[in-house]
Amino acid sequence: MNNGERMRVNGEREEDEDEDDVDGEGLEAWERSYADERSWESLQEDESGLLRPIDNMILYHAQFRRRLRALAAATNSTTARIQKGLIRYLYIVVDLSRAASEMDYRPSRMAVVAKHVEAFIREFFDQNPLSHIGLMTIKDGVAQCLTELGGSPESHVKALMGKLECSGDASLQNALDLVHEYLTQIPSYGHREVLILYSALSTCDPGDIMETVQNCKKSKIRCSVIGLSAEMFICKHLCQETGGLYSVALDESHFKELLLEHAPPPPAIAEFAIANLIRMGFPQRAAEGSVAICSCHKEVKVGGGYTCPRCKARVCELPTECCICGLTLVSSPHLARSYHHLFPIAPFDEVSSSRQIDPQHRLQKTCFGCQQCILNSGNKSSLYVACPKCKKYFCLDCDIYIHESLHNCPGCESLRHS
Amino acid sequence: MASVPSKLYADDVSLLVVLLDTNPLFWSSSSFSFSLFLSHVLAFLNSILLLNQLNQVVVIATGYNSCDYIYDSSLAANQSVENGRMPVLCANILQKLEEFLLKDEKLGKEESKGRIASSMLSGSLSMALCYIQRVFRSGLLHPQPRILCLQGAPDGPEQYVAVMNAIFSAQRSMVPIDSCYIGEHNSAFLQQASYITNGVYSKPQHLDGLFQYLLTIFATDLHSRSFLQLPKPVGVDFRASCFCHKSTIDLGYVCSVCLSIFCKHHKKCSTCGSVFGQAQSDVASTSDRKRKTPDS
Repeated sequence: MNNGERMRVNGEREEDEDEDDVDGEGLEAWERSYADERSWESLQEDESGLLRPIDNMILYHAQFRRRLRALAAATNSTTARIQKGLIRYLYIVVDLSRAASEMDYRPSRMAVVAKHVEAFIREFFDQNPLSHIGLMTIKDGVAQCLTELGGSPESHVKALMGKLECSGDASLQNALDLVHEYLTQIPSYGHREVLILYSALSTCDPGDIMETVQNCKKSKIRCSVIGLSAEMFICKHLCQETGGLYSVALDESHFKELLLEHAPPPPAIAEFAIANLIRMGFPQRAAEGSVAICSCHKEVKVGGGYTCPRCKARVCELPTECCICGLTLVSSPHLARSYHHLFPIAPFDEVSSSRQIDPQHRLQKTCFGCQQCILNSGNKSSLYVACPKCKKYFCLDCDIYIHESLHNCPGCESLRHS
Repeated sequence: MASVPSKLYADDVSLLVVLLDTNPLFWSSSSFSFSLFLSHVLAFLNSILLLNQLNQVVVIATGYNSCDYIYDSSLAANQSVENGRMPVLCANILQKLEEFLLKDEKLGKEESKGRIASSMLSGSLSMALCYIQRVFRSGLLHPQPRILCLQGAPDGPEQYVAVMNAIFSAQRSMVPIDSCYIGEHNSAFLQQASYITNGVYSKPQHLDGLFQYLLTIFATDLHSRSFLQLPKPVGVDFRASCFCHKSTIDLGYVCSVCLSIFCKHHKKCSTCGSVFGQAQSDVASTSDRKRKTPDS
């Protein structure tokens, strides 16, 4: 909350500064609010010529299904067994050059990027509990490491929000060189990734950037770029060479969508990371009321700690690395959080309204998940889906919830030997 | 739920989704009879509905072969007031429960006897969460949902991934999973579920007083909970069990590709099929750390 507010204050100051520059364009302040918000785009005309808000649900669901199908196709084509890079080491590079103060995003590109990076970091750790993130900024032609690779979302968010100022040019090469330096140190089983959020339309480099791109490729660093202005050849080239994704955001919601696409683990490519067995400890929670000095903060804590099974040192939080013996300490729920990536549920089939007459299925009139009536005849939105395995019907809302959050098919789960 | 927006919801209105274990294998071996259990639970459900006029109760049966909705107090059919001796709630639940038990038994006819005695907990949890999502969608004002598992049968290891998925989804949408375990040994699934979702786990010592346990621990709404001294989690076991022998370990090997857990070093992962590099385990990982520590 606090962070968000500070960010907004920052953004507003930015706006005020920029106001003087933009005035030259000849748009009055009141005109600008219409030109930027495009409020007419959220309306559509129906048969009788009346204006109605666009029915987002159907659109949203269609979009969701497209994404799901693309995902299913991607996993089927590679291997029968799904392998994903579940242990990721990701550097997020935020471009804080002059271009980040542009106001085509509201209040500024920088503020929008910061807001969504915060959401992304939380989502990332939710989906990849054993992974690490580091933050980096580009400013005045120099890349700067903001936070080291680490597993705590709070520290990253805090560091980013404290450093939201932009100036100078952007340098892709300096950023890549610095990331390269850090990422070559990580263990061989980890997946090395860079995600660059690039606002500028140019890069100001000290040497040959093509060489840097080849270096990244050699070190198996997967580079992805999300552009905020327009497509650039060098970014596209970088992503193609290193197997990353290149996308350019159209607006804020599109940017958010593109960013969150990077949260689920990418398919594991054998040559990118060597499969290995990692030794891990599963510490038990100490009894309530026991007193011990924790090795991470060097403070006396009462109860609620975990004890490293190898060296018996006390740590406060999981997952972490034991400060004394270096053992990776996790709890079984952390591992279980990632299992849904390995056992995804199949996309549901859309059922056309004509199937309703089918006598075999006529009995089920409600969504199997939430008991909502799915055969509301008068309404034209009586679209619903069926699980290919258990043939149970679900409403569109449940379809989205099941695939995006629950990762269980209630129908299959409530039948033995499904 | 059509009439919902017109009502004013305070923070003490609850939606209680009860997952009722009807596993015949458990109840036939239990010293506490199912009918006695039901009489305690029905009294409890009645008192929940009486605590606040807007409270809502949904009952889902967790059977041996299937799961199904048994009762929903928001449905119009369940709201009529009758003059008969037995309250409408009890009559409806008992009737639906009987239908469900018959259906559940039929589904299991082909099954050979002597299988694992677990119930379909993952299914009923998933259904409950879908229902709660629908309540969340119904508007800004809705009752505070929570799930109560009345479970007796032991955990089914094959449901581990599905149950954990449901727990994490509940955690994300801030739905506490309370559990009252009636079986003999503690249920690791439910202990973890309650711990992760900030719910209450309780294993009543004297089943004759089940109603008292239910009323004192699980009847209060989420807002009032902060004023009560509820049972604290004691020693939730977060140790993992290895995939190869299903034994509980506190130090083990984890596949870097699929995060399967093994108790000793293997050449190939049995889950995802990836072949592991040279037998570097202890030595390599510590040397990696050593290299990392100076700059971190």
